[in-house]
Amino acid sequence: MSAPAIELKGISKSFGPVQANKDISLSVARGAIHGIIGENGAGKSTLMSILYGFYKADAGEIFIGGQKTEIPDSQAAIAAGIGMVFQHFKLVENFTVLENVVLGAEDGWKLGPSLRKARQELTALAKEYELNVDPDAVIEEIGVGMQQRVEILKALYRKADILILDEPTGVLTPTEADQLFRILRRLRDEGKTIILITHKLREIMDATDTVSVMRRGKMTATVKTAETNPEQLAELMVGRKVLLQVEKTPAKPGDVVLSASNLRVVDDAGVERLRGVSLDIRAGEILGIAGVAGNGQSELLEVLGGMQAAEGSLTLNGTDLELVGPQANGRARRARGIGHVPEDRQREGLIMDFHAWENNAFGYHDDPAFNTGLLMNNRALRKDTEKKIAEYDIRPANAWLTAKNFSGGNQQKIVVAREIERSPDLLLIGQPTRGVDIGAIEFIHKQIVALRDAGKAVLLVSVELDEILGLADRIAVMFDGRIMGERDAGATDERELGLLMAGVTDEGDN
Amino acid sequence: MDFLTLIQVLDSTVRLATPLLLACLAGLFSERAGIFDIGLEGKMLVAAMFSAAIAYTSGSVWLGLLAGIASSMLLSGLHGLASITFRGNQLISGVAINFLAAGMTVLVAQSWFGQGGRTPSLFGGARFEPITLPFADSIEPVPFIGPIYSELLSGHSILVYVALFCVPATWWILYRTRFGLRLRAVGENPAAVDTAGISVIGLRYAAVCICGVLCGIAGAYLSTALQAGFVKDMTAGRGFIALAALIFAKWRPWYALAACMLFGFLQALALRPDLIEGLIGIPVQVQLLDALPYVLTVVILAGFVGKAIPPRAGGEPYVKER
Repeated sequence: MSAPAIELKGISKSFGPVQANKDISLSVARGAIHGIIGENGAGKSTLMSILYGFYKADAGEIFIGGQKTEIPDSQAAIAAGIGMVFQHFKLVENFTVLENVVLGAEDGWKLGPSLRKARQELTALAKEYELNVDPDAVIEEIGVGMQQRVEILKALYRKADILILDEPTGVLTPTEADQLFRILRRLRDEGKTIILITHKLREIMDATDTVSVMRRGKMTATVKTAETNPEQLAELMVGRKVLLQVEKTPAKPGDVVLSASNLRVVDDAGVERLRGVSLDIRAGEILGIAGVAGNGQSELLEVLGGMQAAEGSLTLNGTDLELVGPQANGRARRARGIGHVPEDRQREGLIMDFHAWENNAFGYHDDPAFNTGLLMNNRALRKDTEKKIAEYDIRPANAWLTAKNFSGGNQQKIVVAREIERSPDLLLIGQPTRGVDIGAIEFIHKQIVALRDAGKAVLLVSVELDEILGLADRIAVMFDGRIMGERDAGATDERELGLLMAGVTDEGDN
Repeated sequence: MDFLTLIQVLDSTVRLATPLLLACLAGLFSERAGIFDIGLEGKMLVAAMFSAAIAYTSGSVWLGLLAGIASSMLLSGLHGLASITFRGNQLISGVAINFLAAGMTVLVAQSWFGQGGRTPSLFGGARFEPITLPFADSIEPVPFIGPIYSELLSGHSILVYVALFCVPATWWILYRTRFGLRLRAVGENPAAVDTAGISVIGLRYAAVCICGVLCGIAGAYLSTALQAGFVKDMTAGRGFIALAALIFAKWRPWYALAACMLFGFLQALALRPDLIEGLIGIPVQVQLLDALPYVLTVVILAGFVGKAIPPRAGGEPYVKER
């Protein structure tokens, strides 16, 4: 058997006191799809950044094809035949596909010949790997699936033999993800080596030949995918048994809590983001909103949460809510009993430089318990925060730390505790587990279900289809600012939802 | 306004547009690479002072030009150091450069020449003289074409032609060379450039250097060609008008030429209030004309005439992240 495509020996890397990678050894066979799975902050991305020359390892050796290789920068990584497709694409938005592919890999200082050569090569690559893109399309005008292909083409154009993909399916519909995996298998069959980094167990099981698990900076196991199962992988990732399935009893829907009809939002650029959305949410049920990011879910959450003006009408427990004007704001909504865990906790849920106890006041700073009219009652606020820290097991258990000093999962717990502990009639919750580790996911999901069981209504927006399927009682799918269809969570599956997410309806229009 | 007066006004339009054009293209290189530069004014001012001073002392305008370019590049380097290497705020760095230049030029000029912060008047070889284009004299009597050629096109200093040549050159560099592709990319998404294995810092320094050279020429033009010697604050806001022109031109070279010519024309008109009064019948405040470039820029920025989208990574220092 030939030398492994990549061999890492004893890689360590620290950022100040945090050791992101501890003595990591890894061997990736040539012509295989090798998955690397681990929670957020387990050190996957750091390891790959070292391999791509973004960071320099403190210790350890890298062997590419059996040859010891130094990778001080991306240039060296490219020369060693490594290509990387980042989670956030590194494309110049207003350049054409062709220009993006050529950038950094030009022949000579004149552009004309480089572009001509790249155009030929692109046609050849498209044929070889079935990666069809229009070379003259401008990046900002093509879809994310297509943009991802451009990233893969960029790597192939640079003669990459080893392709690293970091969380490649986060922005894709299930159909697009399937297409991607088909392309990856094809690349593997042509002899390329592929490293797939993900936190989605299903993708690992579907697409990889071998899988390595990372936990807290260490490589805990490498196993053949065929010889493992999701439960075992989850346990390896977290270090204890985890419930992958949310435990919940069937919903007992009550009266309609929130009723929205014909919501419309037009953004600054004149694009219609919500095109007449109507929905009802009942007490004691979780309504899940599925869809690929950017199809109007964010705007819907913002409208309901009072952060965005809209047309249409909205009632809560039978009384009207304002969609524009002075009462259309987050504080007024909270006063009416709508809690809101925003999608982007770092921008909208917390102030990262404020203490945990200060963050605990936002949206409720008018509450007489915290506010005497002239002065804030900081002592009561801190006491309340400490209680929540204990109940939600927020670590480190220190109300004086600033929000940025907590991990993603604990930051989310601060926001979730603030909103859920008010026992709102309706909880809006967006991407509750984005960037949150599995242990905290389990906890947050339990809290959401408990709120439902207490007879409250929950609107859950998530791009993670597994999360929607596991948690929601009823599922509405959004596409291009519209609700494409509603399904009972028990009576649908990924395939059906995937089609709706891509804009394909039963009638076959769109 | 008769034909000859029009030619005269257009002739001074060209003269007045030249420093704007050079500074505007300087800003274009810098901002296309993602480095905002409101220090154009300061760099021009420093270049104006040093080129006049060295031209006077050495008697050679070419040495003066070199000194002007060198001094402007020094400030460019400072701006680069602050905003690229140390990732400082580019606006603050630019403001600091403007203040530094305003104070330093007068101080140095006073200490060298003792004439109240100005340099002595330049003459002869210490100044760029107008060049007469070939056959200008023989074509002059031809009606219509004659005056256009001999009055409008001929009879400018070499730097005017340099500035005009810079427009196609900039376009060609930007859109037809590898350097141009990378420069435009680094102003839009430096991460894309970085992951492609190209140095973001190197590219941005290159852009800032080009900016320094062009500002240097612009400054030298002011004190050794347009006028004969340096006086306090002689740039008179031209750096800011050039920035306005850059926005007006939506960061594109040929549009920059048009914008600078328009703003130059307004400045030329401001010198001849009698003409406007003759045209529209009422006297117009000169200040109104001076303000017009800024008013037009606000109109552009407000989105009335298409949308001016600046380079997306402009103003932000590049920090590597995963």
